[in-house]
Amino acid sequence: MREITYLEAVREALSQEMRQNEDVYMLGEDIGVYGGAFGVSRGMIEEFGPERIRNTPISEAAISGAAIGSALTGMRPILELQFSDFITIAMDNLANQAAKIRYMYGGKGTIPIVVRTPSGSGTGAAAQHSQSLEAWVAHIPGLKVVQPSSASDAKGLLKAAMDDDNPVIFYEHKLLYKTSEDVPEEQYSIPLGKADIKREGTDATIVATGVMVHRALEAAGKLAEKGIEAEVVDPRTLVPFDVETVVESVKKTGRLLVVHEAVKFGGIGGEITSIVAESEAFDYLDHPIRRLGAAFVPVPYNPTLEKAAIPSVEEIIANVGEMVNYQSEEE
Amino acid sequence: MNFQVPEKVSNEKLIELYEQMWLIRLFDEKVDEFFAKGKIHGTTHLAVGQEASAAGVCALLDDSDKITSTHRGHGHCIAKGADVNNMMAELFGRTTGYCKGKGGSMHIADLEKGNLGANGIVGGGFAIATGAALTSKMRNEGYVVACFFGDGASNEGSFHEAINLASVWQLPVVFVCENNQYGMSGSVNDMTNIKNIADRAVSYGIPGTVVDGNNIFDVMNAMEEAADHARNGNGPSIIECKTYRWKGHSKSDAKKYRTRDEEQEWRSKDPIKRMRDNLIEQGIFTEEDAERIKKEAVQKIEDSVEFALNSPEPDVSTLLEDVYAE
Repeated sequence: MREITYLEAVREALSQEMRQNEDVYMLGEDIGVYGGAFGVSRGMIEEFGPERIRNTPISEAAISGAAIGSALTGMRPILELQFSDFITIAMDNLANQAAKIRYMYGGKGTIPIVVRTPSGSGTGAAAQHSQSLEAWVAHIPGLKVVQPSSASDAKGLLKAAMDDDNPVIFYEHKLLYKTSEDVPEEQYSIPLGKADIKREGTDATIVATGVMVHRALEAAGKLAEKGIEAEVVDPRTLVPFDVETVVESVKKTGRLLVVHEAVKFGGIGGEITSIVAESEAFDYLDHPIRRLGAAFVPVPYNPTLEKAAIPSVEEIIANVGEMVNYQSEEE
Repeated sequence: MNFQVPEKVSNEKLIELYEQMWLIRLFDEKVDEFFAKGKIHGTTHLAVGQEASAAGVCALLDDSDKITSTHRGHGHCIAKGADVNNMMAELFGRTTGYCKGKGGSMHIADLEKGNLGANGIVGGGFAIATGAALTSKMRNEGYVVACFFGDGASNEGSFHEAINLASVWQLPVVFVCENNQYGMSGSVNDMTNIKNIADRAVSYGIPGTVVDGNNIFDVMNAMEEAADHARNGNGPSIIECKTYRWKGHSKSDAKKYRTRDEEQEWRSKDPIKRMRDNLIEQGIFTEEDAERIKKEAVQKIEDSVEFALNSPEPDVSTLLEDVYAE
């Protein structure tokens, strides 16, 4: 094994798949010689040629629909949307066509597309280039939604997404592209719908997604210094969602904090906490469930404001601390 | 009347097309009747009066060729070879319908016959057709895609984006505008500031042709040229068929936005009658043949209702099936 970045892991997953499956091709804006806005496809047009690394006009409505039409007729396209905010322009095709065709047609036809798209704030790109809209797509039956938080997860989950016969929205996080870890060289698949316990603990469960997994892990490290053992669960895929792993963790710890970068109101955290509240884990809760998410604002430009809009390590520590100490005081 | 027929279209095929046009009209009239009776629910959009564009375009397509259709799509389905029994069953929401009763009027698809589906989203077919044509090109499959759309859809952004993409990638698509003069109520003259939708082809560097959409021969000749153009690797084109929908937009349309005189004028350009007169004049069939063919079509539609009514309703246990492919 060797250490590579998240970005390299995504590229490796794509390249390995394209080498062995002629039906797989990529389309997107500036993915050709430019190598994509974040450099994910750098070098790929040189290996696979312009027919399979298709540089497109700035035309999200066309390229998302074309991906669907080519998938319905036998291809397995990978669509890169330059920023996940631009999903709004592709949304009709994703929500009204890709997600529904199979059901509307009575179980005929498959739409094996992967929509790869970088999301999240922290780059100073402001309100239209920093959003986390994954709850939108998670709300639509027919789509699958993946949010890898590490290089090795990104590679394995992308392989599973490419093998899946359904439309998969694959959120890459801009701030994670440069993070690195040991990643197996050979192809491997991490099943969609399988959460990962990133750190084991007994006092509280932190369910975190995307870049928040790293903040939760950092918080858990600091909490451990205070004698609080937090368990960090990364769902990895929002749809399908691994209910069992989350419920079992909460049964073990008796406390749940959900953390995501998306706006808290209407975010996926509401769904996750509801799933737990409706489950047998409810009886195990020692403290009301808590959620952390972004403030109800567009992502601001100024770095201090941008940072203030989303959950921090300190907030995670404070919330877990309060939840655990509340119990201690009562006892 | 101009009588020139593409080489590919034999006299037998012409007679078949005549029957097909009747099937399209009678299917929609039957649907209209059952709607009025409250026997079919939901909504539906009828293409009575527009039979020539569906039949004429698909006459030049093989089974391997593909189409994308619209919310007003029953005619396209029939023209691309769908079985009226399974279509009628779908409108009645039965398990024998093309979509097992889960799609209804606006979502009939027949993938085996190359019909990639009707679409409830106006302009939803442009990019899907473009993608299907991309498959043809990337795999050298040689098929062409006909993308049906209305005058209203030509004002959607997807029209511009998809046709531009199809043009820069030189994809084998024929974009077929059925200009029936109205969106739901908006006249094309109020919604578009150009004389012909096909004139927009200039912006994409592709051919655009306007034809009398109520003359199946004109439609076929234009389609022959456009399909050959696409098959030869020269990319997409636009054909605009000027036509008229005799019925309202959907079931609850009082048609206040147009005059009865206008409707009467277009009824006098009945595409079926014009084809019939032509075929008799050319000695391809007789008046008696025409009568017999119509009667057979009437019977087929009656049989389709019988088939639909004798088909089972879906069991509630199937509700969650087919959201995802396994």
